[in-house]
Amino acid sequence: MAAVIPLSRRIATRLLDVYAIMVLVYLFLPIAVIIIYSFNTPAGKFNFVWKSFSFDAWRDPFKYPPLVEAMKLSLKVASLSTLVATVFGTLMALALCRYKFKGSGLVSLLLVLPLTTPEIVLGSSLLSLFLNLNAQMGFATIVIAHIMFSVSYVALTVRARIRGFDWTLEEAAMDLGANPFRVVMKVTLPLIAPGIAAAGMLSFALSLDDFIITLFNSGSRVTYPLYVYGAQRAAYPPQINVMATAILATSLLALGLSVLWQNRTLRQAMVKG
Amino acid sequence: MAGIASGGARQSRWGPYLLVAPGVLWLLVFYVIPLITLGKTSVTVVDGPWWSGFQRAFTAYGGHFGRSVKFALLATLLGIALGYPLAYLMAFRAGRFKNLLLGLVILPFFTTFLVRTFAWKTILNDSGPAIWVLNQLHLMPPGARLLNTSIAVIGGLTYNFLPFMIMPIYVSLEKIDRRLVEAAYDLYSGPIHAFVKVILPLSLPGVFAGSLLVFIPATGDFINAELLGSPNQQMVGTVIQNQFLQVRDYPLAASISFVLMAAITVGVLLYARLLGTEELA
Repeated sequence: MAAVIPLSRRIATRLLDVYAIMVLVYLFLPIAVIIIYSFNTPAGKFNFVWKSFSFDAWRDPFKYPPLVEAMKLSLKVASLSTLVATVFGTLMALALCRYKFKGSGLVSLLLVLPLTTPEIVLGSSLLSLFLNLNAQMGFATIVIAHIMFSVSYVALTVRARIRGFDWTLEEAAMDLGANPFRVVMKVTLPLIAPGIAAAGMLSFALSLDDFIITLFNSGSRVTYPLYVYGAQRAAYPPQINVMATAILATSLLALGLSVLWQNRTLRQAMVKG
Repeated sequence: MAGIASGGARQSRWGPYLLVAPGVLWLLVFYVIPLITLGKTSVTVVDGPWWSGFQRAFTAYGGHFGRSVKFALLATLLGIALGYPLAYLMAFRAGRFKNLLLGLVILPFFTTFLVRTFAWKTILNDSGPAIWVLNQLHLMPPGARLLNTSIAVIGGLTYNFLPFMIMPIYVSLEKIDRRLVEAAYDLYSGPIHAFVKVILPLSLPGVFAGSLLVFIPATGDFINAELLGSPNQQMVGTVIQNQFLQVRDYPLAASISFVLMAAITVGVLLYARLLGTEELA
């Protein structure tokens, strides 16, 4: 009996490996298509069927001004909303981790609720508010919406990262005569910075990618995802694939850098501890 | 900021409230109040009784609701079937490749949602690679399609929300005390027994969280249905979008939106009751 189990287990684990690799292939299939088709010379208006290989789209990525404008708008919206949401979210996470206070349960609930509400409900309810207020839809309403859904992600990410930190370090700094400002700059911020950076990146990525909520609150402004939505109905140039590949490469770089940075912070913490 | 630095609740009564105030205010004004406005809009009917929006939501679009729930449920189940083994491999067998695998799972989702879904259109269309492969293997009757079918829509939903399934399952598997699994083996339990009696029950909170994170956005999604399906696969999100932005029948649009949220809330509560899990995220 004891000799049989290892063999069957070995086969089972091999099967599991193969299965998992197939799932990974499934995950990367569209990504491969996006990258490959950025080198396509589409026959018609749609980059849909493979025709021939070329660097045309890569050589001229900014060929379509509306696409460039949309990308610029998306980057602006993502930067601004990430900045605000990261500040708001981090402050909330700090309060929830550092203090016991009446209503903290309600605050946590308020943070989780937007994540359990479908985007279409978030977008359409915000639109009802703006319609009721007779607000002009545009840049401001897009940013407002993006801050709204990002705050929760930031707060929950930062909270998960800073739970269980040794806050007595702050008290030690105070005892050693540091003023509150110095304590925040020299102790608190360096401790929580990797968490904040991760949350900020998440918020930026979510904003850059958001379609449904933005569709409801953008008025006549066109963000990058909205441009793609229009393009898949009218004309879909390979430059879209170039942009998508560029975003992917940038994310990969940011991800790599943040992992390096975190490892360094961890090592330093271990050396100090 | 002095509140943070002073290091505890003792020194500052107002500290935590000042810290949460901006975020809480933002969420109250741009999340809670809009939901109330949505409710008000749904019953602000010009001609007819206040509930006529809801009545039309059910009579005219009941099918869309049913289809949305069905597609989202299937995407959730497929997500568990695809995601659990991968999460298991990452947590128990990946060793030093663990972080690499984690990165690989998240990476595809740094490309734009719409571009990703359009890529599926490229793969599944009638002259695309998927049909070609299936035809070569004689797995499909000639002339059969993938694009504009329910299979394509469910496949797209499964794909687009898969990391939301994998990550929570992975986290819950990762947290399992390895000594418990070893104890099961020491007590002469086989691998299947150890999995069913020890690992699976301990990973259920992850499955629960993952299911919610897939089911909720999948029910409200309309991009997959619009890009990969035909009008026969339309989901409730398309109707909401269409009624709000094109037809501008606000009471009807708000009613459908409201019903969708209510249905999801009830479903989530029942599901939580069923699995007996109290923590959400």
